[in-house]
Amino acid sequence: MRYLPKSEAERGQMLAACGLASAEDLFAHLPPATRLRRPLALDPGKSEYEVVDYFRARAAENLTGCPCFLGAGAYFHYRPVLVDTVVSRGEFLTSYTPYQAEISQGTLTAIFEFQTMLCQLTGMDAANASMYDGSTAVPEAAMMAARITGRRGVVAARTLHPEYRAVLETYARNRVLAVQVCGYCPGSGRLDLEDLERKVTDGTAAVIVQSPNFFGIIEDLRAAADLAHRQGALLVWVFTEAVALGLLAPPADADIVAGELQSFAIAPSFGGPYAGVLAAKERYMRQLPGRLVGETKDARGHRAYCLTLAAREQHIRREKATSNICTNQALVALMATVFMTVYGKQGLRELAEQNLAKAHYLAEKLPLRFTGPFFNEFVAEARNRPPEALNAALLARKLIGGLPLGRFYPELAGSMLLCATETSPREAMDAVAEEFSRE
Amino acid sequence: MSERIRKARTHVSQNEPLLFELSSPGKKAYQLPPLDVPAVDPAAALGPRNIRAGIEGFPEVSEVEGMRHFSRLASWNYAIDLGMYPLGSCTMKYNPRINEKVAALEGLTLAHPYLPEALAQGALEILARLEAALAEITGTDAVTLQPAAGAHGELTGILLVRAYLEARGDPRKKILIPDSAHGTNPATAAMAGYTVENLRSNERGMLDVENLARVVNEEVAALMLTNPNTLGVFEENICRIADILHARGALLYLDGANTNALLGVTRPGDTGVDVMHLNLHKTFSTPHGGGGPGSGPVAVKQHLEPFLPVPRLKHTDTGWAFDYDRPQSIGRVRAFYGNFGVLVRALAYILACGSEGLRQATLDAVLNANYLRQGLMPYYEMPHQAPSMHECVFSDARQTARGVHTMDIAKRLLDYGFHPYTVSFPLIVPGAMMIEPTESESKHELDLFIDALISIAREAEEDPERVLKAPHATRTARVDEVTAARKPVLRWRPASP
Repeated sequence: MRYLPKSEAERGQMLAACGLASAEDLFAHLPPATRLRRPLALDPGKSEYEVVDYFRARAAENLTGCPCFLGAGAYFHYRPVLVDTVVSRGEFLTSYTPYQAEISQGTLTAIFEFQTMLCQLTGMDAANASMYDGSTAVPEAAMMAARITGRRGVVAARTLHPEYRAVLETYARNRVLAVQVCGYCPGSGRLDLEDLERKVTDGTAAVIVQSPNFFGIIEDLRAAADLAHRQGALLVWVFTEAVALGLLAPPADADIVAGELQSFAIAPSFGGPYAGVLAAKERYMRQLPGRLVGETKDARGHRAYCLTLAAREQHIRREKATSNICTNQALVALMATVFMTVYGKQGLRELAEQNLAKAHYLAEKLPLRFTGPFFNEFVAEARNRPPEALNAALLARKLIGGLPLGRFYPELAGSMLLCATETSPREAMDAVAEEFSRE
Repeated sequence: MSERIRKARTHVSQNEPLLFELSSPGKKAYQLPPLDVPAVDPAAALGPRNIRAGIEGFPEVSEVEGMRHFSRLASWNYAIDLGMYPLGSCTMKYNPRINEKVAALEGLTLAHPYLPEALAQGALEILARLEAALAEITGTDAVTLQPAAGAHGELTGILLVRAYLEARGDPRKKILIPDSAHGTNPATAAMAGYTVENLRSNERGMLDVENLARVVNEEVAALMLTNPNTLGVFEENICRIADILHARGALLYLDGANTNALLGVTRPGDTGVDVMHLNLHKTFSTPHGGGGPGSGPVAVKQHLEPFLPVPRLKHTDTGWAFDYDRPQSIGRVRAFYGNFGVLVRALAYILACGSEGLRQATLDAVLNANYLRQGLMPYYEMPHQAPSMHECVFSDARQTARGVHTMDIAKRLLDYGFHPYTVSFPLIVPGAMMIEPTESESKHELDLFIDALISIAREAEEDPERVLKAPHATRTARVDEVTAARKPVLRWRPASP
């Protein structure tokens, strides 16, 4: 096996040094009943050329490379070349979690920069070193709010990504959280504030609102925060489209932010790996789950970084930890860090403006379902034929249409969610408009 | 002294400020294609109140400076590409680059998770093939690939236990966890809404079966067991442990962090395990990336299958499809289908190794651990002497007489060019030195490591100050973690004027 660095002769020498006759003797203490007495039923090992062929064939069975108007939590954006160049370096790719700070300053410094940029983007005081993804950051934010407030109620907007809501409900099977859902206004596509006011009580720990929401619409986070705070609950702001932060003012009234950074040079890759983030106001810093990097000095007085506030974490606090999270998405967070470096202050704004312009160009040609202001996604009505049939017609023109919404919102069965980004060609958008209006 | 250090010598490394200190207004590293549609006024489209001013403090650097910045940072890291990484229970094995190449194929990276199933058959086939391979390797009946990491798999597994027991009308309250377990186990149990009862290990470093038989009652939902445990010792009574639990209606959860010791030798599903997770970033060679991404598939026996997260894969007349119609499912544990790119890498590893290669990897991993044990026994205390599987745990008991502790020995190893072992874990061994070489180390690298630890043992006797003040040769000297925690500085801020 080419990954194993020993000759048979060396194996023999090492066994002899251990006083053993054969490798089988290494397992002599295992009870016979536990032993597998046949080879695993797997194919023989393949050469690297055969492995590449296998995956090339599978890759060819997926339809990629044509214009695609799917968004809904996974977005197509240009990926700067520098991103893959940096994350392919073995010193980042093949290093472990930076517990040994003296030989991990590269990773630690990059995480400190990541935490800083996330604070700058979200207006928060502290951001952790990443969560698995946006969907799992949401229940972590809810549990954090429950610890802070000593309450267990959670009110989640129905305009929160339906799969994020599903994850929240699964976590709530622990009987610690109790989740309620707050509806949206059928006209604007925004959170129904009257419904929210009814549902938030003195037992509510968190109000969870996504903006831009699942329909691409900017929510009135200030109003939601007011309603939450009036009852002593925290406002959790969720985002799935991080590019929007190039234009949108971060809500000053949010207490916790749970976001997904896939848009920052992380390939759609059939749903992962992505990188979530959790950020909060200073006073909640010690309730954050996950790893945090802090600044300090080394014994020679030089600035240095290390993992810190470990007393929140499972390896120290065990069942009293803020979360069980251990492994996070460090390398993917590094992709986002390089992306933010490449685009920087001007670039992120220009990128967001291009997204806004493209989506509005397409939207102006289509019948919109909602009136609320939107960023780069919107809901359009397929008036002449069902959304699935419309998508089939687009596919015949080598275009991948939007996401039919009936599976998540039965009342929107005649509509689809479309996303246009800086990568969407104008001719492809014209073709989509043509199919929407075709009788 | 320096001639004792055979693996490494010092070299110049570059200084580098933070991105924010490097920035100057007007610099940029990007260029977008010209906009081919009319521009839109953001304030008019989104409302002036919703638009931000600039992003205060965000970096402004050129491409060259960006490249050098991250390259210089990279040069401050140790990595498996550079040498042995003997972290116990972390399984830092070689990360084959073929895995990276296939995961980067555009037909995979550009596949949107909401592609209609008919247009994503290649992705679904990869998932199905990996599920089947992992079920065969673990001796289980069904696998979900959705959990994003080991601890996420643990949570999924314990929620499966909860759903199964609730469906039986017998919700229970307690999870049993040995005192040698990873911290994620008790944290997971608490997150899943259970109370935790810790079980002590016996003098051989194994679960005390007589004690288990006494404490398992109708309040116990499951035992979370690691096998081999964190001492690197195979729980020889595993079948009996399973019988005790099952006889009282409780389940056996296996923490599969140490599966690298088992491939092709023994299968948890054949020894009474009901549910377990795997860490693909350990056993199946996907890179750690400085802390992630990982992947934590959960494998179950048939009785837990109805409760697995949605969607499940099913084969239909027209190929693979997702099945959402699973009324007993616990629901989703993550959006979409898991860390797909990591799953691709793990399958590439399994295909490359094959049945015989996986087994040989385990044989070599166990041989390497035993070879180290043999070489280090004369110099370091080994509190539990049961046979070692893929890792062995020593302690600093002989060195503490000179004031030298496990952390000091670890830091001195840095000067010798090695990443240290896992320090001070498992908690049941005071001053633990937990060493897992994996199969990826040659005899030469192992010999250098043994020599280094022997040399440090000698230094602890002859010149303890040298060990206590280590590391001496690294770019960064010992880091003050106490101050970092006492006055947390978690983000950069501009110096006040």
